[in-house]
Amino acid sequence: MAILNAFILLVIAAITYGTPLLFGTLGEILTEKSGNLNLGVEGIMFMGGAFGLGGVFYYEKLSQNPNGFAAILIALLCAFLAGALASLIFSFITTTLRANQNVTGLALSIFGTGVGQFAGEFMRVRAGGYVTISNALKAFFTASPFPGALQNIPVVGQLLFGNSFFFYLAIVLAVGMHLFLNRTRPGLYLRAVGESPATADAAGINVARYKYLATITGGGISAVGGMVYITTIAMCVWNHEGLSGEGWLAVALVIFCLWRPLASIWGSILFGALMILYLRLQIPFVPTELYKILPYVVTVIVLIISSLRNNKEKQPPEALGLAYFREDR
Amino acid sequence: MTALEPVYAIELKNITKRFGSVVANDNISLGLKRGEILSLLGENGSGKTTLMNMLAGIYLPDEGQILADGAPISIRSPKDAFDHRIGMIHQHYKLVDVFTAAQNIVLGLKDEGKLDIKKTNARVREICQKYGFDIDPEKKVYDMSVSEKQTVEIVKVLYRGADILILDEPTAVLTPQETEKLFAILRNMRDDNKAIVIITHKLNEVMALSDEVAVLRKGQYIGTVRTSRTNPQALTDMMVGRAVTLNIDRPRYDDLQERLVVKDLTCYDHEHVKKLDHVTFTAMGGEILGVAGIAGSGQRQLLEAIAGLCPIHEGSVVYTSIEGEQHELVGMSPTQIHKVGVSLGFVPEDRLGMGLVGSMGMTGNMMIRSWKEGKGPFVDRKTPQALAKKIWEDLEVVTPSTEFPVRRMSGGNVQKVLVGREIASNPSVLMSAYPVRGLDINTSYTIYNLMTQQKMKGVAVIFVGEDLDVLLELCDRILVLCGGKLSGIVDARTTTKEEIGLLMTRVGGKEDAT
Amino acid sequence: MNEAVKTPLLRMAKRTSISPAAAWAIRLGSIVLALLLGSIAVAITGNNPIQAYGTMIKGSLGSKVYLRQTIKIAIPLLGCALAIAPCFKMRFWNIGAEGQITAGALAATFVARNLTGKVPSVLLLTLMCLAAIVGGGVWGLIPGFFKAKWNTNETLFTLMMNYIIIGVVAWLQIGPWEGRQGRMAQFDPAACLPKVGGVHCGWIIVLLLVVFIHVYMRYTKHGYEISVIGDSMNTARYAGMNVGKIMMRTMFLSGAICGIVGFVVCSGANNTLASDIANGVGFTSITVAWLSQLNAFAMIVISMLLAILTKGADTLQTQLMIPASISDIIIGLLLFCMLGCEFFINFKLIWRSKRGGKEAA
Repeated sequence: MAILNAFILLVIAAITYGTPLLFGTLGEILTEKSGNLNLGVEGIMFMGGAFGLGGVFYYEKLSQNPNGFAAILIALLCAFLAGALASLIFSFITTTLRANQNVTGLALSIFGTGVGQFAGEFMRVRAGGYVTISNALKAFFTASPFPGALQNIPVVGQLLFGNSFFFYLAIVLAVGMHLFLNRTRPGLYLRAVGESPATADAAGINVARYKYLATITGGGISAVGGMVYITTIAMCVWNHEGLSGEGWLAVALVIFCLWRPLASIWGSILFGALMILYLRLQIPFVPTELYKILPYVVTVIVLIISSLRNNKEKQPPEALGLAYFREDR
Repeated sequence: MTALEPVYAIELKNITKRFGSVVANDNISLGLKRGEILSLLGENGSGKTTLMNMLAGIYLPDEGQILADGAPISIRSPKDAFDHRIGMIHQHYKLVDVFTAAQNIVLGLKDEGKLDIKKTNARVREICQKYGFDIDPEKKVYDMSVSEKQTVEIVKVLYRGADILILDEPTAVLTPQETEKLFAILRNMRDDNKAIVIITHKLNEVMALSDEVAVLRKGQYIGTVRTSRTNPQALTDMMVGRAVTLNIDRPRYDDLQERLVVKDLTCYDHEHVKKLDHVTFTAMGGEILGVAGIAGSGQRQLLEAIAGLCPIHEGSVVYTSIEGEQHELVGMSPTQIHKVGVSLGFVPEDRLGMGLVGSMGMTGNMMIRSWKEGKGPFVDRKTPQALAKKIWEDLEVVTPSTEFPVRRMSGGNVQKVLVGREIASNPSVLMSAYPVRGLDINTSYTIYNLMTQQKMKGVAVIFVGEDLDVLLELCDRILVLCGGKLSGIVDARTTTKEEIGLLMTRVGGKEDAT
Repeated sequence: MNEAVKTPLLRMAKRTSISPAAAWAIRLGSIVLALLLGSIAVAITGNNPIQAYGTMIKGSLGSKVYLRQTIKIAIPLLGCALAIAPCFKMRFWNIGAEGQITAGALAATFVARNLTGKVPSVLLLTLMCLAAIVGGGVWGLIPGFFKAKWNTNETLFTLMMNYIIIGVVAWLQIGPWEGRQGRMAQFDPAACLPKVGGVHCGWIIVLLLVVFIHVYMRYTKHGYEISVIGDSMNTARYAGMNVGKIMMRTMFLSGAICGIVGFVVCSGANNTLASDIANGVGFTSITVAWLSQLNAFAMIVISMLLAILTKGADTLQTQLMIPASISDIIIGLLLFCMLGCEFFINFKLIWRSKRGGKEAA
């Protein structure tokens, strides 16, 4: 029983740590389905974290009696817009100006981490050394949306119903994205754009518009991940060290999940578990600092294994990372 | 509504299109009529596809006007083209590999509301039945044959109600039987009052199928004639500007020597599909061995396998040098093979994808062959530069300097650089695939002469070509491939086009000469 | 009415040629644009952008001491950009310079800890440098090997390798190699690079590397191979190049040069090893390499420019309370503008002519 309890606690913690990754990954899946390889997720999540936190912070400061739902909504909106804006820059430079996607993504990483850091620091200095929000409001971000009765079901109550609102939002998003990509017309067209833009173009699909929309929406979703990290794990304090690396893990997770939104749910939870395993499952003689690199080692192994696969259905979108220009010849 | 119905379903007026300094279409005017098939005839590179791409919304004309039923329209995107019920079947099929036939067919349709793949499948089956197509709407494109893919493309435009159909070189990849089937379908569509254009450079197809022929030459519009009032000779005159009596000089070389003995050569591609199946033949020094076959019959793999670029599953390739030394080429690296004298001048569809480095000039591209030479870590630039200068002058390559990136040169000049380089390495076996693809007649003759010169030096020349007329007049023997198998080797001086055509489509023809 | 829809308002077409002067004018213009955009961020903090840029210049070049500090920042940037150049030329996206620096520094520190006092200083430094070359080289070789063998995504692989080696150093720092309070002890002076002209002699090393990379890329067989692979893998195979081997060799070289940079930083600048030894240099140097169009000599200028930005941003933080991460923002903007401006060098925009096209009959 003790082992089961410990396991359940581990999974719950894994879900908490996996949720930001899940947003990051879902956003990047949408982006990559359009054929854009946006390596700027790291920067996007930084911006989402800083602006999401900033939004709530200033909302609480300005509002007479701050409301939890409004706070969550504002955080979501601010983070999404920040990520969307960052991805708009990426889209403009790669789709319209046709620059190399790899380098542009790296530039966005540098720029986004800079902007996030700048905003975080700026708020800290302005607020006199410490940016955080009241405990009452903080609780809203980590609270479960389900009634206590459900959460108190023995054994599985906390596991199934005790997680933060954001986890369930991410699940809904993952399922929604799965249905969108596989069951709807725009989803089919989007995949066509990522697989073969020339085909999509010849079929009368506006390639640039799909690329822009998917990348901007994807960036917005990824940015929400950064906000979720700051508001749930970092306890609403700007913490760039904790956030650093999340975006890159999300990019790796996209490959790990074979560009499938549903697979990204358990993939993110697994990676969430890897990130906190050193706290929960101490192994003698293995120092914490080494334990912490586990997710990165696993990612490397995942990359190697996925490069060994050779299956038509398990490949990245065929035109991923390539610029498309109709009159090229 | 005026009493006078417009004559043309689509009319092009004074269309001009440029790519950089190249004029692809120069002031062209042309009309398509309903209930008729129009052949757009011209050599490779005469601007046929470019012109039709402007109807399909792929390119925008720089000047001129397009009229639909007499009213000026603007086709800025493929979507606009569909709105005017124009559908184009491109030469390189534009299909998404991981999608099913039905998913490809509904791509880009906006007015159908919710995606209902079952309903789509049913409608696709309906169209197939009406015209006699045979495809499974749920089959994934990566599992399809070339002809099936073409069918999907045609059903795709019919599905969206196109009544103006443009087909770009539709028969290039088909067997004669498949071609006949396609023609029957096209005739049905004509009787359905659709306007049909086929882009082609094959005269027999023009004569067999079309009502009218429009001819382009080097981007210029030459004229339109009724098929019933013309003949192949007259059309050829229009197409090339002078009568084509190919008259390629074909001297005999008397001292034939065995140079390459290929036995049971078998290869697979990346997808583990068998591309060559126990091919056996001998190439002689002092003759040109032509290789004929429908596109994708294993020509490319044959040359790549001999040059060591494609892994060989089974078989042997024994090379005998002029001095009489024998080498087994299977298992050697491309460099080793090139060192013993087997030079592969390979000109694939995408010229810069293989054999040339687009961002470098002629000198840099000469170094592809010589970069390893000399001791020490430094690369020798002087010798390749001298060679580049020589080729520049000898073959009249048009380029501002030997450092000008070859990517920005025109196709013919790029080809000259490639072939020139291969010949400069003094090979004893020279292999070349489609070396004249996209070249004008004069440059083509330059290349033929180079091949013949090599032959007369005792070199074994292997020439993969697509134009049977050229193969018949240039080569000494012709090897025919069909589906990766050798279907026959014939004497080019005595054989007929019909015989080769039969061999191209049927395995197991008789072997004349060896 | 119909005339208006005939051609779109704005179209683009490939330029057939552009004069080098015009190309550089466009590039220079984009740098100015980036600085202008960066001034928006400054203005948000309530400061005068002109004053802020002035402060940055003064803080980075205003005195001998500042200049030396700026050069100290430029040294690893330049070294790393040189290391990355061959990879990027080959279209191999090595973003693991950060880790390769750390691996090099780790190897050098290992030698310093074990041989200090046992061999003369010159030999010790030489051995440290060699160890750094091997350490960084191997760290670069690993992703290169997998890319060559199975085409494993090198971007993420090299990146993950950063986190792994940094984690290892973080462990050493508070574990077996701990000196005091979670930091390693300072090196013995014998293991520190001597100073030349007020700055550790690493600047001489990187300038030598500039010449080396320039010659390597332009005049050697290896350089030629790299250029061909970057243009077309198929052509490279056709030319008889062993693409996998060349890839691994180039990644070893790239990692080795990063390793030298790691050695220079730990032995010359910091005189110790810490997990943050690379401190973002690996990423910023990508910018240097790309902005210089992989030209080794241009990298000297660009790395100085970015060092001025970084040093200047520190001054901004202390003097005007503007967060130092402003330098990252400006660097990002610079890169955006430079990436975007290539479009205007390769293409020209055509506005619809005012004549409105030919008359319809």
